[in-house]
Amino acid sequence: MALDAEAVMKELRSTYTSGKTRTFEWRVSQLKALIKITTHHEKDIVEALRSDLNKPEYEAFVHEIVGISSECKFVLKELRKWMKPEKVKTTMTTFPSSAEIVSEPLGVVLVISTWNYPFYLSLNPVIGAIAAGNAVVLKPSEVAPATSSLLSKLLSQYMDTSAVKVFEGGVPETTILLDRKWDKIFYTGSGKVGRVILAAAAKHLTPVVLELGGKSPAVVDSNINLKVAVRRIISGKWGSNSGQTCVSPDYIITTKAFSSQLVDALKDELEKFYGKDPMQSNDFSSIINSHHFDRLTKLLDDEKVSGKVVFGGQRDKTNLKIAPTAILDAPDDSLIMNEEIFGPLLPILTVDKIEDSIGRINSKEKPLAAYLFTNDKKLEEEFIKNVSAGGMAINDTVLHLAVNSLPFGGVGESGYGAYHGKFSFDAFSHKKAVLHRTFAGDIDARYPPYNPRKLQVIKALLSGNILSIIRALFGW
Amino acid sequence: MALDAEAVVKELRSTYTSGKTKTFEWRVSQLKAILKITANHEKDIVKALRSDLNKPEHETFVHEIAAVSSECDFALKELRGWMKPEKAKTTMTTYPSSAEIHSEPLGVVLNISTWNYPFLLSLQPVVGAIAAGNAVVLKPSELAPATSALLSKLLSQYMDTSAVRVVEGAVPETTALLDQKWDKIFYTGNGKVGRVIAAAAAKHLTPLVLELGGKCPAIVDSNINLKVAVRRIISGKWGCNSGQTCVSPDYIITTKAFSAQLVDGLTSELKKFYGKDPMQSNDFSSIINSRHFDRLTSLLDDEKVSGKVVFGGQRDKSNLKIVPTIVLNPPDDSLIMNDEIFGPLLPIITVNKVEDGIGKINAKEKPLAAYLFTNDKKLQKEFIRDVSAGSMAINETTLQIAEHSMPFGGVGESGFGAYHGKFSFEAFSHKKAVLTRSFAGDVEARYPPYSPGKLQFLKVMLSGNVFGIIRALLGW
Repeated sequence: MALDAEAVMKELRSTYTSGKTRTFEWRVSQLKALIKITTHHEKDIVEALRSDLNKPEYEAFVHEIVGISSECKFVLKELRKWMKPEKVKTTMTTFPSSAEIVSEPLGVVLVISTWNYPFYLSLNPVIGAIAAGNAVVLKPSEVAPATSSLLSKLLSQYMDTSAVKVFEGGVPETTILLDRKWDKIFYTGSGKVGRVILAAAAKHLTPVVLELGGKSPAVVDSNINLKVAVRRIISGKWGSNSGQTCVSPDYIITTKAFSSQLVDALKDELEKFYGKDPMQSNDFSSIINSHHFDRLTKLLDDEKVSGKVVFGGQRDKTNLKIAPTAILDAPDDSLIMNEEIFGPLLPILTVDKIEDSIGRINSKEKPLAAYLFTNDKKLEEEFIKNVSAGGMAINDTVLHLAVNSLPFGGVGESGYGAYHGKFSFDAFSHKKAVLHRTFAGDIDARYPPYNPRKLQVIKALLSGNILSIIRALFGW
Repeated sequence: MALDAEAVVKELRSTYTSGKTKTFEWRVSQLKAILKITANHEKDIVKALRSDLNKPEHETFVHEIAAVSSECDFALKELRGWMKPEKAKTTMTTYPSSAEIHSEPLGVVLNISTWNYPFLLSLQPVVGAIAAGNAVVLKPSELAPATSALLSKLLSQYMDTSAVRVVEGAVPETTALLDQKWDKIFYTGNGKVGRVIAAAAAKHLTPLVLELGGKCPAIVDSNINLKVAVRRIISGKWGCNSGQTCVSPDYIITTKAFSAQLVDGLTSELKKFYGKDPMQSNDFSSIINSRHFDRLTSLLDDEKVSGKVVFGGQRDKSNLKIVPTIVLNPPDDSLIMNDEIFGPLLPIITVNKVEDGIGKINAKEKPLAAYLFTNDKKLQKEFIRDVSAGSMAINETTLQIAEHSMPFGGVGESGFGAYHGKFSFEAFSHKKAVLTRSFAGDVEARYPPYSPGKLQFLKVMLSGNVFGIIRALLGW
């Protein structure tokens, strides 16, 4: 059935205008429905993610299911507070007065999700949209079809379909949706499609959140607990959907002096994690599809790169599996050092002094995340000060996303806007300033006919200087 | 000399990369420079605004000069606090860890200003850009040429031109600027051009603030202090640049029963303010140019409207003056009831019950501001809840934007993003999340090979259930 976007919009707008989605009770009911989905359908979700990505049950649970249920619980705990107007200070300029900032929903919003965390990245923004009182359409990624159809089935079963809808489909359906006027669009994906979305949004002055990607670097110093560092790097790379994660460490920078120790440690821990023959392990995701599989093998088989593989490189096209692979000192102009890898290949770049890594990072576009492993406080300070990225972690990877008091979003080519925790609520809200006055406190000097004395009074009032205010008010 | 936009951006990028604009000292020096401009050149600014808009000295001082200097004073007072990283709470999930949100500048930003408050709306966003540590290009409006030239002269004289530039010009220059890649674009103006800017920004994934307009309604109830209400309406309309103000009350809604009193109240105070023959008064702005003059007179001379003028209507084309004019009940489909007026014409439309005003407002696009004059607390609550606008004031007009504890910005057709006070600093900053960990606290269960035991352990840890966590940690 062709998507009748106009009819859908009309229905959602009508629901929104009825005021239903704005009530605390409705928002709570929908968030509780999402929690029910995660508790009653854990097996279905795990199965869909195995089907789409061969994602291990462990990752499906920890990264996707728990991500959603814990966010819902947090929102339920905080929502009443977030919905309250925020009282703010006023000044002499409007005395006597009171003021507040009121959060209101935007209206009808669109969430365009992606394929690598197809459950989590579909529902996490939807939580924010609902918490803020909006009606919402979710467009899951067609590249993860099992999860897409599961989401469609479960949301229509558990949620209020007059206000929360799922539309499955590919480019044609997305294009039809993008033609409509939305009150906000939330997009997770690539910069190329991000530009298309922005161009469509521009026609309607629709504000957008773009959660994109980039080459997230991890700088590894030598004065560290190497075993722990390496485990955390592996976890953030191969333990996160086989590196198909927007905040996976894309590449590593370390010193020439330390690189062989680092490579050895990586090999050691990788063997403990995935066994001597990683292709036999079922503990890392497969590549999403053959298009990406070919893209990744091409990065590896590039003649400038293939000779620099220090471990891994095995691949199995039938099962879309690529083993954890590292490349030492791929040339700066190779594709693997220029495109976001989004897969299980880890280039390691070496520099003379560890501080040089900052300049290397800054010669590329601002990434979604940047990491540093060190015990050197000075280097830490310099890194935080001089590297711009969406977010950062020191001595770990990826985990900053799990802290919901931290905003999650990009900068520059990695996107703009942010969400998680209260930032999700804010992303889907309008902050309306409201000034309250009574009819008291009306000053003649404000009004025409203007004269120098009136101007003097106003200047004094605006200066905030008590003596000049008194003098002016008394006409001295 | 043709504008070499690419060279300008290149130079500013080079300055920004040197790190100079990020220092507290530099930001303070530039804010103090702006203060010097407002203090040393009050007469020049007043003169330029008389030239461009015939703006009264009183308005120039209060609305433009004082507003800029108070914004600088406030930023200077608060800047150290704003620049400090903000500590964020962490949970069991990343224990042990600490988290912070760091504000960093975006880089090189563009402010496209407008003609009605050509001094204020050029410099106020620049104050935000500088406070946040960016390099900035200001493109003032060519429609206010005296102010544009003055800004160009004064900024190049007082400010650090390696990081703060004024580019004068019109559509060709703006187009050349928009072709470049900016880290943020701040635009004040109309929705039509806003769409063009959003489309240009889309190509570079450049985030935007759009400060647009709309038809800002003012509902006037009968149970009020009529004299004070009317003075405040006049002040917000004709006392603000002859209604050429994005937050001026565009039109009024009142009850049929009260309209005659309201019109009498308005005309009585208008005569006090501007005299029996308002054409002789020098206390209100002229219309910016003949194009807008013709636009406004054609709104008035529309045959559906001309017979409904209850006050004013006189115009003087050679001086581009239109007196304060009130129109009673023009038809819903007249242009004056559909386009943003942006001038000294005030339609009053009447309804049966004052509550009906809310539905009338919601039938139109969301405006930049909405006003309500009433002592009825219930109506106040309903208005705030049910009308969406950029901002609101109760029993007042326009003054809500003078309180810098509140964000100033639009919603829907009136724009997105906000500024003033700390919101300006945030508009031009990236909030970078930073999670810091030590090498302690590494949990085996995080890593492959995955097992039901490890999954169980993590489920418990993530549940936040203290007893469960203790039991799991003790291996029970």
